[in-house]
Amino acid sequence: MAKQRMKFTFPPDLVTQPLIYNMGKEFHVVTNIRRANVSRDRGWMILEISGGDAEIERAVTWAKDQGVRVDPIEGDIVAG
Amino acid sequence: MDAVSSRSANGVGTGGATVRGLQCRECGQMYPTEPIHVCELCFGPLEVAYDYDAIGNRISREQIAQGPSSLWRYKLLLPIEGDRIVDSQAGFTPLVRAHNLGRALGLRNLYVKNDTVNPTFSFKDRPVSIASTKAVEFGFDTLACASTGNLAGAVAAHAAIAGLKACIFIPADLEPSKIVGAQAYNPTLVAVDGNYDDVNRVCSEIAEEYRWAFVNINMRPYYSEGSKTLAYEVSEQLGWRIPDHAIVPIASGSLFTKVWKGFGELVKLGLTSPGTPRMTGAQALGCSPVVTAYDGHTLNVEPVKPKTIAKSLAIGNPADGYYSLRIIKESGGVACAVDDGEIVEGIKLLARTEGIFAETAGGVTIGVLKKLAESGVIDPDELVVAYVTGNGLKTQEALTGALIEPIQVRPSLRAIEEALALRAEPAAAVA
Ligand SMILES: Cc1ncc(COP(=O)(O)O)c(C=O)c1O
Ligand SMILES: [Zn+2]
Repeated sequence: MAKQRMKFTFPPDLVTQPLIYNMGKEFHVVTNIRRANVSRDRGWMILEISGGDAEIERAVTWAKDQGVRVDPIEGDIVAG
Repeated sequence: MDAVSSRSANGVGTGGATVRGLQCRECGQMYPTEPIHVCELCFGPLEVAYDYDAIGNRISREQIAQGPSSLWRYKLLLPIEGDRIVDSQAGFTPLVRAHNLGRALGLRNLYVKNDTVNPTFSFKDRPVSIASTKAVEFGFDTLACASTGNLAGAVAAHAAIAGLKACIFIPADLEPSKIVGAQAYNPTLVAVDGNYDDVNRVCSEIAEEYRWAFVNINMRPYYSEGSKTLAYEVSEQLGWRIPDHAIVPIASGSLFTKVWKGFGELVKLGLTSPGTPRMTGAQALGCSPVVTAYDGHTLNVEPVKPKTIAKSLAIGNPADGYYSLRIIKESGGVACAVDDGEIVEGIKLLARTEGIFAETAGGVTIGVLKKLAESGVIDPDELVVAYVTGNGLKTQEALTGALIEPIQVRPSLRAIEEALALRAEPAAAVA
């Protein structure tokens, strides 16, 4: 069982979609949301996803394909 | 002085804890001082919390003045708990009263903090001094970072001083010349094949898996505290005053938020008279997520893909963007961006007026200073400090084609006189 923390940022057309619910149904991963800020036209969510390594990877790839931006919770790490 | 000094800088021992621990910036949860950076409860960022009463009992202007001419004179305000410091003698750089630049911009009270003259030629020596000292304190054997320039140089040099291994990650498409300033110190250099987001993600995973001191990940709470010394020094150099207005470049926003914290601490401790500076954030137009949020009246920073010559500020998803925006709002400052042409003009303006050759990040600061002076956002009498944080020798390519060409002459006195029109103006000839 692996755990990964990440930040999801949603574009306007995804804000109203049950994306996290669908991800849990499609893949064998458990999502645990720690902080979020969702308004009418944008939203972000800081969450932990647990599951098998490959399954997490597949779930995250799927989320990206839906249009979610996925970042490390640390923000950009490559500095000047 | 020993490079890794076991004498305590400043004659200040370690008795009497001045650090309370790490505290979550979001939910306030406290943690012990360990190499951690994220709150277990809410995944918010952790920050060092101090016992200001304990510090207040021991610190004074005189005690600071007796310390070394480096950032270690402020050791009591830094999260150091051991005796051994990794000392590159960073800091205590000149604060220049910028008469010439001030005249050019119509500002009567302008200062430039010249942080181009640190050991590895950028302000990054400050945070990395603290990160490497804590790495030694925590017993790490490897100092690591992901960087395309300044941070890499600072990490490699401090690892060399401390006798730590250095491991530096760069994006594979980075031009090798960018990293020579780090390679010289003989680090392990890893070129990661992937796009920018891939490199970010994989480095975050490495930091999770391996027991390395990743300066801007697991050491970030300590690392970032080093930048507070840029507030302490400016205040001390101004005769223990708080400037009216500080212009600070923003990449991740760490420097910006810590300069603000530093001024606030001096006031809290009664080392300066009360006052707050207006905090203005400077970004390059090609990577200005904080300015965009500021202009849009929101605290939500939308990540961007950087495209600017100011590579040292090219952070599209700034960890401290939100906190920087809050400070801008609270302090009455602004966020402002300049384009690549204005950055080059800023570099040239600073060089020809004050004799300081800055890298592109300094061009951003001076470009923004100029823009705000011309638009009246800065009052002519405000005491303004412009933070110039990196050396121009690092980004020489940014000036390609933008400088005057040498005058070509044959090796004869006559030819030189003709070329320089010396004969035509006898009054201007050497007296
Ligand atoms: C020269 C220079 N100035 C300013 C900054 C801003 O740093 P921060 O990430 O703390 O905002 C950087 C960051 O790399 C830099 O290299
Ligand atoms: Zn928290």
